[in-house]
Amino acid sequence: MRPEDLLISTPQGLYSPAGDFHVDPTRPVPRAVITHGHSDHARAGHGAVLASRETLDIMAIRYGADFTRQRQPAAFGERVEVNGVGITLHPAGHILGSAQVAIDWKGMRIVASGDYKPGADPTCVPFEPMRCDVFISEATFGLPVFRHPDPAQETAKLLSSLELFPERAHLVGAYPLGKAQRVMALLRAAGHDRPIYLHGAMEKLTAYYAREGIALGEVRLTRDAKPAELAGNVIICPPGAMTDIWSRRFPDPVTAFASGWMRIRARARQNGVELPLIISDHADWDDLQHAILATGCQELWVTHGQEDALVHWALLAGMRARPLHLVGYGEEEAEAATATEGEAPGSGATGSGATGSGVEA
Amino acid sequence: MNRFAALLDRLVYEPRRNGKIRLIADYFRHVPDPERGWALAALTGALSFRNAKPGLIRQLIAERTDPVLFALSYDYVGDLSETAALMWSTPPHGRNEEPPTLSAVIDAFATLGRGELPALLAGLMDRLDETGRWALLKLITGSLRIGVSARLAKTAVAALSEGTPQEVTPDAVELVWPGLSPPYEALFAWVEGRGAKPETADPAPFRPVMLAHGIEDADFAALNPASYRAEWKWDGIRVQAVRGHDPAGHVVTRLYSRTGEDISGAFPDLADALAFDGVVDGELLVLREGRVQSFNVLQQRLNRKSVTPKLIAEFPAHIRAYDLLVEAGEDLRDQPFDTRRSRLEQLVSRHDGGRLDLSPMIAFSSWEKLAEARADPAAHGAGGDAEAVEGVMLKRADSAYLPGRPKGPWWKWKHDPHSIDAVLMYAQRGHGKRSSFYSDYTFGVWTSEGELVPVGKAYFGFTDAELAEIDRFVRRNTVNRFGPVREVVHTLSEGLVLEVAFEGLARSTRHRSGLAMRFPRIARLRWDKPPAEADRLETLERLLKAEAPSPPEARSANSASSPQPEP
Repeated sequence: MRPEDLLISTPQGLYSPAGDFHVDPTRPVPRAVITHGHSDHARAGHGAVLASRETLDIMAIRYGADFTRQRQPAAFGERVEVNGVGITLHPAGHILGSAQVAIDWKGMRIVASGDYKPGADPTCVPFEPMRCDVFISEATFGLPVFRHPDPAQETAKLLSSLELFPERAHLVGAYPLGKAQRVMALLRAAGHDRPIYLHGAMEKLTAYYAREGIALGEVRLTRDAKPAELAGNVIICPPGAMTDIWSRRFPDPVTAFASGWMRIRARARQNGVELPLIISDHADWDDLQHAILATGCQELWVTHGQEDALVHWALLAGMRARPLHLVGYGEEEAEAATATEGEAPGSGATGSGATGSGVEA
Repeated sequence: MNRFAALLDRLVYEPRRNGKIRLIADYFRHVPDPERGWALAALTGALSFRNAKPGLIRQLIAERTDPVLFALSYDYVGDLSETAALMWSTPPHGRNEEPPTLSAVIDAFATLGRGELPALLAGLMDRLDETGRWALLKLITGSLRIGVSARLAKTAVAALSEGTPQEVTPDAVELVWPGLSPPYEALFAWVEGRGAKPETADPAPFRPVMLAHGIEDADFAALNPASYRAEWKWDGIRVQAVRGHDPAGHVVTRLYSRTGEDISGAFPDLADALAFDGVVDGELLVLREGRVQSFNVLQQRLNRKSVTPKLIAEFPAHIRAYDLLVEAGEDLRDQPFDTRRSRLEQLVSRHDGGRLDLSPMIAFSSWEKLAEARADPAAHGAGGDAEAVEGVMLKRADSAYLPGRPKGPWWKWKHDPHSIDAVLMYAQRGHGKRSSFYSDYTFGVWTSEGELVPVGKAYFGFTDAELAEIDRFVRRNTVNRFGPVREVVHTLSEGLVLEVAFEGLARSTRHRSGLAMRFPRIARLRWDKPPAEADRLETLERLLKAEAPSPPEARSANSASSPQPEP
């Protein structure tokens, strides 16, 4: 039996002919298994969606309660049968509710890991390596130039800038789902106890994290704040909003951006960032290697990112490896975020999502 | 080294001058001697290493990485030093060692031989993190490029005196600077109120020069012509000639550039001919039979590596003096310009070594009269030297000689810039304060085929209010987006016409129009003008022909892409 009998790549995304379901499909399909709530993986309009309870909740917040006809929550480790094919979700450590999907059929196991990171993150269940025959990995940071530093060290950079420039607001660009809340949690862990101000696009998702028991401290919305009270405080906003007219209300802000891409200086400068914070929710080069080796897989499929380098490494390491050339992943997550911006209607946020910062962290 | 690396890392991204000063001052406050002094030396460009060439970095990284992964990474990052810093894998034993101090790094590079360089560099890289390795490679390859001038670093030093009984100004730091050397412990002690003002032991030290602001039409209204003196602005090299003697009585002569670089070695004929005791500020020019030669001629002497007798005979160097800073040990910088000028006139008239003459004053009774002189220097006293005049200088009669570029006492009034009407084609977002504004503009003129071709790019010259207007126009009239760049509407009837002022034109193969502008800036917004009435490429072509200097290695061609600072 070949792995391709169990899972193949199609224009809609990964598809299981044996089980008749898709994983993270990019277009509406009858039955989808969704790894996590980021908009390039979780889309509305599927017939049925199997995902973690948190991912289903997040999709309902973002797309409305009728985002699918049928929701099927699965707990981590709980085996579900679909047309005779076993599906089990395991923690991926990427954002709240993110899962790897283990697919079992006739003694073969394929793990589609979605987006994942092995490092510590107080806002989600830690990544668990899974033994499997075929491992499907992303490669967003799949180059040996990407080695993420300790996030506490990056948070310290932000805090020392607040100390040095107490009269300036610190505007931190971060993806509204996952990264924003992780930055808040990191600031709290570092002892920052002042209120954290949020762009309207973060409001609902942040409230959801808090309801799920993730302590984020006192949170306020910028639209309720006077410009003067923002001096010396942290404002978290979607990356697209940093260069938008929205940002002009803050006098002389320090612009920071929390993303793994900030490792590359030219990239940070292109985006006009003054304080790059290398904080990523993806595996870095070393993480990818350790995670892949821990699965004991004989074959590696690479979905998106820097697939050439990762495939090259896997071949040298004696695995079979190939890129899947899937399209539609790793794209602007912030676009949707700016659209849901809940403040000052008519303030002129005209299609800003498409400008600059076309990156997913 | 880690603290220094973190500082460089922050400075790279900080666009604001005040932000940079605070970052550097904060570093000086928290880092002890001598470490901070070596950092100051690095920031002011006072260090020179036996440069580690890119080839060495490439060789070291090639020994440690897979060639395919290196090629993919380099391709992605685009910068060799940064790629090497990021890809370098630290050996397990390296992590247990303390990262080296900046002092230790500098010391090691100063004492080791060439053959030991690869092993030394590899050893240091092993002990640093990504940012530390990046900073190390920047430091030793001599390309910090962090947007920090020596003046800015000295301003940060002066900031350390805030709150002490004796505040020290950046100018005061400039004045003591020439006699100091790294790691500047006496300087830090002085600004922190712990020590005396450092004294120089150099018999012929450099004095920071005074610079002029460019004058604008609007400035004249506030200026009284009777309070100002005027001189020709010479198109040569600003030079400071210093002659002094050490305690044993040996005379030392030095020629300094405006930045304080010792250029005596390039002009031994001139240095030998000088016979005064003091510090003269003037213009270095080539004179043949009493006539000042063009900058092109002077440049032919500058570009030579070795100074041969033939070169000296063909290109005799002179100083046309316009200020006297020190005479026979007496510091005249606090004196009014008029006093210094009459002392200078006496000094020059007594000087009999040749090679030194006086830059004449221009008599004028009103700004209109001065404008006439500026328009026709030959008929107003410059005579046969008029070719080497590039405008006039205005100096307030009572002005003291201050380091830097104070606004008000000195002005430069250059020849009128050229200007054209061009059509805005593309706009790009700016940086820092301007990051939410489209502030970098590419503009074009019409070809004979009725097509718009880009002829330049400008990002200053407009007011904040005008910036907001252009930004609004760009956002409302975008026809295409390319990342941070927007293409705006530019048809015959729709679009924004910009009056662009510039200093000169040169041939360029880099631009489709075949032209490049020197110092372009936005002079006015012509909302009133339809794009169809903007200028044509032929107009620029005519201008280029009229401008074209005879030798092909003309000055404007060399400086078209990167405008040179004013001499």
